[in-house]
Amino acid sequence: MSDPTLPETMAEIFARHRGQEGPMLPILHSVMEAFGHIPEGVVPLIAEELNLGRAEVHGVISFYHDFRKEPAGHHLLKICRAEACQAVGANALTERVLSKLGIGWGETTPDGRITVEPVYCLGLCACGPAAMVGNRVIGRADEAKIEEALA
Amino acid sequence: MKDFIIPTDDRDMGTPASKSDKMVTLTIDGFDVQVPEGTSVMRASAEAGIQVPKLCATDSLEAFGSCRLCVVEIEGRRGTPASCTTPVADGMVVHTQSSKVRRIRKGVMELYISDHPLDCLTCAANGDCELQDMAGAVGLRDVRYEEPKAGGFVNHFEARDTGGDVNPQYLPKDDSNPYFTYDPSKCIVCSRCVRACEEVQGTFALTIEGRGFDSRVSAGAAGDDFLTSDCVSCGACVQACPTATLQEKSVIEMGTPERSVITTCAYCGVGCSFKAELQGDDLVRMVPYKHGKANRGHSCVKGRFAYGYANHADRILNPMIRDSIDEPWREVSWEEAIGFAAQKMRGLQDKYGKKSIGVITSSRCTNEETFLVQKLARAVFGNNNTDTCARVCHSPTGYGLGQTYGTSAGTQDFDSVEETDVAIVIGANPTDGHPVFASRLKKRLRQGAKLIVIDPRRIDLVKSNHIKAAHHLALRPGTNVAVVTALAHVIVTEGLYDEAYIRERCDWDEFQHYVEFVSDARHSPEATEMLTGVPAEDLRAAARTYATGGRGSIYYGLGVTEHSQGSTTVMGIANLAMLTSNVGGNGMGVNPLRGQNNVQGSCDMGSFPHELPGYRHVKNPEVRDLFKQAWGVEIDPEPGLRIPNMLDAAVDGTFKGLYCQGEDILQSDPDTKHVAAGLAAMECVIVHDLFLNETANYAHVFLPGSSFLEKDGTFTNAERRINRVREVMKPRNGYADWEVTQLLANAMGAGWTYTHPSQIMDEISATTPSFAGVSYEVLEEKGSVQWPCNEAHPDGTPLMHVDGFVRGKGRFMITEYVATDEKTGPRFPLLLTTGRILSQYNVGAQTRRTDNVVWHHEDVLEIHPHDAEVRGVNEGDFVKLASRSGETTLRATLTDRVSPGVVYTTFHHPDTQANVITTDYSDWATNCPEYKVTAVQVSPSNGPTEWQEDYNAQAAQSRRILPAAE
Repeated sequence: MSDPTLPETMAEIFARHRGQEGPMLPILHSVMEAFGHIPEGVVPLIAEELNLGRAEVHGVISFYHDFRKEPAGHHLLKICRAEACQAVGANALTERVLSKLGIGWGETTPDGRITVEPVYCLGLCACGPAAMVGNRVIGRADEAKIEEALA
Repeated sequence: MKDFIIPTDDRDMGTPASKSDKMVTLTIDGFDVQVPEGTSVMRASAEAGIQVPKLCATDSLEAFGSCRLCVVEIEGRRGTPASCTTPVADGMVVHTQSSKVRRIRKGVMELYISDHPLDCLTCAANGDCELQDMAGAVGLRDVRYEEPKAGGFVNHFEARDTGGDVNPQYLPKDDSNPYFTYDPSKCIVCSRCVRACEEVQGTFALTIEGRGFDSRVSAGAAGDDFLTSDCVSCGACVQACPTATLQEKSVIEMGTPERSVITTCAYCGVGCSFKAELQGDDLVRMVPYKHGKANRGHSCVKGRFAYGYANHADRILNPMIRDSIDEPWREVSWEEAIGFAAQKMRGLQDKYGKKSIGVITSSRCTNEETFLVQKLARAVFGNNNTDTCARVCHSPTGYGLGQTYGTSAGTQDFDSVEETDVAIVIGANPTDGHPVFASRLKKRLRQGAKLIVIDPRRIDLVKSNHIKAAHHLALRPGTNVAVVTALAHVIVTEGLYDEAYIRERCDWDEFQHYVEFVSDARHSPEATEMLTGVPAEDLRAAARTYATGGRGSIYYGLGVTEHSQGSTTVMGIANLAMLTSNVGGNGMGVNPLRGQNNVQGSCDMGSFPHELPGYRHVKNPEVRDLFKQAWGVEIDPEPGLRIPNMLDAAVDGTFKGLYCQGEDILQSDPDTKHVAAGLAAMECVIVHDLFLNETANYAHVFLPGSSFLEKDGTFTNAERRINRVREVMKPRNGYADWEVTQLLANAMGAGWTYTHPSQIMDEISATTPSFAGVSYEVLEEKGSVQWPCNEAHPDGTPLMHVDGFVRGKGRFMITEYVATDEKTGPRFPLLLTTGRILSQYNVGAQTRRTDNVVWHHEDVLEIHPHDAEVRGVNEGDFVKLASRSGETTLRATLTDRVSPGVVYTTFHHPDTQANVITTDYSDWATNCPEYKVTAVQVSPSNGPTEWQEDYNAQAAQSRRILPAAE
């Protein structure tokens, strides 16, 4: 069930971070880069490498929403649900986007293309509603702009 | 005589005590308070008798500052600082109450309660809940936060929200641990459990997962529960929990206790103090006692939870007799049983001579009971045929430390581990065998102290969460002396020894002789590497670390003593400490970790056949005279028989009767077949125990024993600390063990008249100089004392050899390595070594009769994957384990904890009978058996060996009890 390349990839990641101060988060970022999520199987490996309890590793991973348990779709769409964006129609925009994709918050389209997640403030309050696709932020987001970004 | 209960101050002071010498004066609510620098404002208030409301603080843990209930106002400072995280300062003026802080506290409490079920009346913590207490203390009268009626709003404690939808935040109870439950719905996320697991226990099994409203206590990672996580069930989290979230199942079932008695745990040699909490005479729970000087409020799964054996259905409460061991047992009155036993024993003496009978004292019974049993041999039987189970564990400690330092005991107290810079753990596995000490050591290691592990197996201390040994010398079993001597070689030849210390405290001439011996190239790590398997560079590095790393403590266990050269290794260890001036100061010393609760005490009490109480040889006429005065009988000047000699003599037909108290020699002593033959050859074996143990299969008289909860007395732990054992409830079998021994003695004409163990202690202190200052009154007053306790040391002696060695000059002993006669060869190519596991204790008589079996229900054989592969052995396979002595079967587990060529198992289960395998080789000086090295072969197997089947048939036959009505 787990990825057979996992131990090898992890060994390579550990080698890269050995000797680094406070290595847990950098290692987790490398895991995200390598797998697109944090496979459950890495928890005991990281615990062993850093001489920590696996509970502690789990505690850190679960603290950050961006350390995903499953891979996201090809595109990760985040729509801001903070107060400023809600005040300028973010909720209505979300509803339209989600119903068009036929999924709910945090879900991925059946074809694995798009995952939609909420985000709480992208720092674009002046030009809400704000959204983000991958690393690209979108101001005054509407369906068209989002569709274009997802293309 | 009335039962004393120490009046205690058990208040929670909020934060740990500061160790600073500098005092600071401040004003709290108008009262002047003087406390050590570094004390928190919360603790200073508590010292003044003012309790600041708190939830996340408790005095076993560092301040955390998360609950915001303990806020106070401090003049000249802005805002309302948390009193737990704010240290005191000179001249500080604190107000713990004001309208402002009252308002804040009430608001905080209101938020807590808005997400907490209001089921106080039916809650297991009702009456013992800090959340409840604090709601009362802050005057919370109303919770304004309500859930919307239409649903959607969720809390953590209702399975469905107000709209009827499933509440994703609701988690069901985790019942997986046999002793306590985790109920997330009652959790206030104060993190006390997580911090206790980290700071106190050092296991790091718990975490807070998620964040914000999603924060939860989690054992292990996703998918784990308490049982599958790293949790070792020490109970520290349960102890720390302020609510019913982590709660003992016994309290859930029975309710809160109404009285408590402070007593001492009867498991390992750490000697933890506990509060036995009861309803009437029903024990509700055992709680580690925070003022216990050995454990400082900590516990392990055995002492904390595994006490259920005292009420187990297997426990025998009526005396039983039979004429021969193929008959079933007959239940009889105490009078008849004692009369039968006394008549038989006297009859044997008449027929076969005075020396044809003897006793075995128990390291599990109290000092007073042990004293009486050896007195029975010496004053009533008229011989010195007394020995104790310490024969098979720490007799080499007595000999080795006696020869080098002059006392046979550990030199430092457990508290002083906090001052240690380098610890050597050799032949011991503290996380399993002495868990509370291990937690204290691990805490020190996390603070930066270095650790050297010398053990064939990769024990948990070598590497586990947050700790890592600086050096692990994974030696071949049986080569301790070579390794220890090689360490000394490095220290001497590299000039790392402390000449001034040696000149002042040790015999300089003997040291010269020793230097000549140890400097020889044959002791160099390079020369011994082939033999020991320890790389020379590692050994050199370890020697340098110990010699130059600061205050060094050596802790050792049965992996040192249970060898043909056990005494030599003990002396080698003593040499190392003398070389490096590591005896006589805080944080340094040499410490045997005693396996059982009262090994130290049973040795102190004259259990050995050559020594009267206080380690004084029976040849010494003045000592004999002293006891003649006290007991009114002549003491035999000839040493008596050791356990192995008793068994040999039995087989030869000259030893015929044995009174064995609280020990199962058939299971615990080496070469089971030989022990069985010896017992079978005796005409009267009296077993005095809680259960029909394995030895009782060969007994003619069974006298029911009392548990440690059912008697008064004292245990002496590994740091020489004499702790009180208090009668928590009356003996279920009718008599405490000391009373039974007295009945037997009197039936044989002794005329003893003890009415309370305190009188026995008075006799001990009158006859034994190192106990001269000990009495029950002193123990009540001081809680506990460490011997020597006499006129020179009225408060006892935490550290020994402070101004010089007890024997005068410390003596360097020559430690020549001589390989054991037990050698591997083509037929038996592997080396078996044995040990203990956390959840089980010794022969398992107690722990096997508790829920601890969920962690270890059978003994398994650890084998390296390489050795397993060449033998076609897979994980979980039944294998046959054979040695020159015998064979048995058990399941194998594949692990690289053991090196290739070495296999390892435990001896907790009689089904396995690991001691069928062990040989009768023993220590040259003391006869301590060589349990730790046996040449064996491992092969696949289908099931039990013939021996196991025969054994089980005999045991079943022998355990029959006739119905009382017959």
